Amino acid sequence: MFNRFSPYFYQTYSSFSEGDLNKISLAIEIAGLKLRNPTMNAAGILGISPLILSRVYKSGAGAVVTKSIGPFPRRGHKNPTIVTVDAGTLNAMGLPNPGVDYFVKEIQQLKKMKIPIVASFFGGSVQEFAEVGKKLDIAGADAIELNASCPNVQEELGMLAGDANNVEKVTAIVKEVTTKPVFVKLSPNVTNIKEIAKAAESGGADAITAVNTLIGMKLDINLKKPILYNVTGGLSGPALKPVAIRCVWEIAQTVNIPIIGCGGIVNWEDAIEYFLSGASAIEIGYAIYTRGIKVFKEITEGIEFYLKENGFSRIEEIVGLAHEK
Amino acid sequence: MKNDKLRTIKITKVNSESSEITSLWFIDKFVQRAKPGQYVMVWIPNVDEIPMSISRINKNGQSSITVKVVGESTKALVSLRQDERIGIRGPFGNGFKVKGKKQLIVAGGSGSASILPLVEEMVSKNYNPTFVLGARKADMLIFVEPLKALLKENLVITTDDGSMGYTGYASGYAAILMNEQKFDQVYTCGPEIMMSKVFHAAEYHGIPTQASLERYVKCAIGLCGSCLIGSYRICKDGPVLNSNMLRKIKDEFGIKRMDANGKYIRITH
Repeated sequence: MFNRFSPYFYQTYSSFSEGDLNKISLAIEIAGLKLRNPTMNAAGILGISPLILSRVYKSGAGAVVTKSIGPFPRRGHKNPTIVTVDAGTLNAMGLPNPGVDYFVKEIQQLKKMKIPIVASFFGGSVQEFAEVGKKLDIAGADAIELNASCPNVQEELGMLAGDANNVEKVTAIVKEVTTKPVFVKLSPNVTNIKEIAKAAESGGADAITAVNTLIGMKLDINLKKPILYNVTGGLSGPALKPVAIRCVWEIAQTVNIPIIGCGGIVNWEDAIEYFLSGASAIEIGYAIYTRGIKVFKEITEGIEFYLKENGFSRIEEIVGLAHEK
Repeated sequence: MKNDKLRTIKITKVNSESSEITSLWFIDKFVQRAKPGQYVMVWIPNVDEIPMSISRINKNGQSSITVKVVGESTKALVSLRQDERIGIRGPFGNGFKVKGKKQLIVAGGSGSASILPLVEEMVSKNYNPTFVLGARKADMLIFVEPLKALLKENLVITTDDGSMGYTGYASGYAAILMNEQKFDQVYTCGPEIMMSKVFHAAEYHGIPTQASLERYVKCAIGLCGSCLIGSYRICKDGPVLNSNMLRKIKDEFGIKRMDANGKYIRITH
């Protein structure tokens, strides 16, 4: 389809031939992990079974990210768990997952398909984080993403990413029990994200995923009450993107480890904005709703065209470029 | 995608369809334009939000959902009265496609809720489908009157206990019909084990099938993965799966489903 999401839309005023594209590589290396392209699904999006994750990979993602896995099975919150708002969605799933002991089988199955897996995980205590992270590593995850930032379970579990000391402590303990790269996923719901990012780096994080959702609410004016069963939910989608870009920008100025950008990426222009701000890879969630699972392919094709049109051959050449004076 | 936004609307009418099945009526301009086989997410304030097939679609008038009480949420839903409000999101999903020239429809229990609009569309396009409608007993059958008015003698009724129509399963009767007559499209909605039997019979005869499946739907917009069967999201890629899709999920269809935690459990009906 020729629409503004398609790079072919821009072909009308660019003059290169398709043969030139052969010189361009979309492959990246992030914290030692080699990926065919920089796109992944965001944690919590679709990542519940090997079959759907393999569909995401076949649709063009560079790696797949699992739902956040905890120590025990969890049903998550009751419905309504999602409500669409202007330029985004609010969700309060509440970390539904089958528990790590069940999920290791699913990871093993994915490994057989030779798909790069980032296993997202959480715990209710420092020790639980370490135990779950270790089990996912042994099961075969290529990297583990420490979810320090779910906004929907604060009453039960608290939000780790709100406290720099805790982030450093948990990251360090998880690092002790795994040899795989550890990504720490941060929350935008903090006063100073630079401080938290610094703490993750001090704890030994190999990369930072920025960011999780922003806490929001939606009321129904007829019934005069909040719609989500959990009352508050996490805002994702284009409404989140400017906030997330600012977070990536600030983190890039603070730490030396790579950043995985996440929040409201719906087209390749958004992806480029993240790279220029300092992200080395990106995670996509909301756009799977508006664009479908084919969005991974659309975005990687667009990145390729942008690199070519601007005379670059690799993504790393544009990472953080906007910071140069 | 304005139909995705939640709106709270007044129930215009409530009527009983059978001993355990109730219809709730409302007016919503997006549902008025729904396709047969699509569903809406229905918010029962303070209780839950659940997927419900759209059982009647009137282009300029009232639409309905038809609810069988199976638990706390459906019990709360049918206890609502006229002028009380529910939330609606949708219509969602792909819906049925009218295909073929001689269609066989097999529905069981409350499964005929999503089929009534399909039959209306078929009849309006001058098709004359054969419909096998089954239930455990006579007072659990729904939509017999409107379906009889549309289909005349092409409506066949079966009950497990013989209290109305033929004694036995709808899937069994459908298999006999597939042996005796030549159909070129099969539609089915109802208990999954019934649908799986219908699909296998249709496969034996080489007839394309469209089956409307049910799973645990949460987001309804293809994001959360709670309603997966194989690599399909029932909320978005379904709820109607065709033969090609059904063949790819033969390890799960009629056998197992994911529970709310994401663990597979056996299907018992």
